[in-house]
Amino acid sequence: MSPAALTLAAAHRPESPGLWTLAWRRFLRDRLGAGCLAIVVVFVAVALASAAGLIASDWSHETAVSYAPPNFLGGSTAPDEASPTAVRDDVSEEIDIKDPLADELAEIRKALAGRSAVETKKATLPLGADKWGRDVLLKLAKGTETSLLVGLSAALLATFLGTLFGAQAGYFGGRIDDFFNWLYSVLTSIPYLLLILAIAAVLNQKGTSTVVLILGLTGWTGIFRLVRAEYLKHKVREYVLAAGAIGASDTRRMFAHILPNVSHVVLVQLSLHVVLFIKSEVILSFLGFGVGVETVSWGSMLNEAQAELLIGKWWQLAAATAAMAVLVTAFSLFTDALRDALDPRLR
Amino acid sequence: MLAYVIRRLWQFIPTLLGVVLLVFVLFNWVGGDPAYLLAGKISNPEHIENIRRQLGVDEPYYVQLGIFLKQIATGDFGASWATNEKISHIFASRLGPSLTVLVPMLVIGTLLAMIAALAVAFWRGSVTDRAIMIACTVGQSISILVYIIVLQYVLGYQLGWFPVQGWGQDLRENLFYYAALPVLVGVIVSLAPDIRLYRSFFLDEINQDYVRTARAKGMSDTRVMTVHVLRNAAIPIVTNVMIQLPALLAGAFLIERFFSIPGIGREVILAVERSDFPLIKAVTVYVAIATMIINLAADLLYKAVDPRVQLK
Repeated sequence: MSPAALTLAAAHRPESPGLWTLAWRRFLRDRLGAGCLAIVVVFVAVALASAAGLIASDWSHETAVSYAPPNFLGGSTAPDEASPTAVRDDVSEEIDIKDPLADELAEIRKALAGRSAVETKKATLPLGADKWGRDVLLKLAKGTETSLLVGLSAALLATFLGTLFGAQAGYFGGRIDDFFNWLYSVLTSIPYLLLILAIAAVLNQKGTSTVVLILGLTGWTGIFRLVRAEYLKHKVREYVLAAGAIGASDTRRMFAHILPNVSHVVLVQLSLHVVLFIKSEVILSFLGFGVGVETVSWGSMLNEAQAELLIGKWWQLAAATAAMAVLVTAFSLFTDALRDALDPRLR
Repeated sequence: MLAYVIRRLWQFIPTLLGVVLLVFVLFNWVGGDPAYLLAGKISNPEHIENIRRQLGVDEPYYVQLGIFLKQIATGDFGASWATNEKISHIFASRLGPSLTVLVPMLVIGTLLAMIAALAVAFWRGSVTDRAIMIACTVGQSISILVYIIVLQYVLGYQLGWFPVQGWGQDLRENLFYYAALPVLVGVIVSLAPDIRLYRSFFLDEINQDYVRTARAKGMSDTRVMTVHVLRNAAIPIVTNVMIQLPALLAGAFLIERFFSIPGIGREVILAVERSDFPLIKAVTVYVAIATMIINLAADLLYKAVDPRVQLK
């Protein structure tokens, strides 16, 4: 047969769908899971747009009056910022001594007056404003970027380490296995949050990359254990032995042959850890050991909101809580659907 | 049995050495020179040299490691850098308040979660089951911080049902007056994840053959659930609660911090804020030891209540 006839014959044969196509079809059949994926995608899009500077790049501008309420509450609290300065002006006129700074003050006042004429501070915003009059909606978008960035990068790092270590330990066994098991038992004998706090105390520096490193370097243990168990199971299977017989190297057998067959475990764990790390980042940032002061995250928003609630300004708390709850719920349900789709035996 | 315990205790040694090494590397090497932290902003070289000699950080690393090992063995970690209080005294005086909150929280939380999980496992697949499971997923996704902030504000500050924060001297006053709201918050936070976990334990048992046999010989549903299923599912539940204990001791720091309870958790947070290394080192090592011992105890308990379990 000519090559053309061969391709023709191949085209006529009914194509059987691959593993991932089947999993994707099963996933789409789960309406709840597919809906949750859509929500997650929206959050990721917001985070990407914010990272690219398309939205919320001016989140730190003080565009509204202090504690401007959300639109639906109406701007009942009128801004009374003008009155204190007026009083001070009266006082300065009564004193007869020439103020050495008077000229400069007048100039500054004129400049300030000019600026406030250009950009008037708004009385209300869609989701209200914080103490400095910054838009909560923009802060929320920026916080989504920070929290998702930290959650995703830390989960990627932890999954990478866990898979690498688990593959080595499960595949080679012996001394290497003993070493990684020892490392595992050392890290797991210290409670997770205590370990994170201890490392935060030692590093004593804030920042997004620090948080990612802390969470990623300590959080790989659960993934390690699962991947190791999978490799122990798979390394004696016939397809791996066959790959060995035709001369595939250890590395090739580990990562080209076994890894695709355990990748569903890895993927589900990655998804689970994103949620875990987003939650941890919020707590760390809330306590002041997380992202720096120039970055906004849901944790730092909750920290500000705690004091605001006492004077009845609840909108920042509500906004940060709602955003986090929606993302984490959607991500958790998405993970459940993913697990069901990738491993139909579990149903 | 004895051979097993001895072997497990023998296995503690490398793990414990690893923990000691990890803590040592973190605090004595990565953490930098503590003398600069202690001396503050205004300091002269002489002053710093003096502090370094006092702490022993001018010695070579192996001598420092020796000092650290001696501290662990004798339990004498010296004094806190921030308050100069003896570390051993901090532990002794902060353990009581921590337990006053933790014990009622664990007992009430576990019982409530078990009852709810038994109910949803019995009516599995129904609308009630699905509604409660979705409520648990949503409840779990809200940060613990929000629960604490909102409940403290509404129940403590606005309605005035509970004291907003504080701690007294009398155990009864602490337990029934000051600890009430922290315990309530802790129970509410733990309810959602616990119900989900315990439900899966119950479902594992419900599908077993002995349940079908019990039904087949005409036993009532109530009796099957409360006698057969509950007893068998209680085994993983009890071990699960035990394993959580050491993490809770240090992990209740958010609750202790918000409600100003002078417990171990709040002490950890303060120590991290003040770079009070001796305290964090001591807590980390002791909590690690406690975790290992409790894990062993949980395994032994498992064996005692379920003879089918093979210890190896």
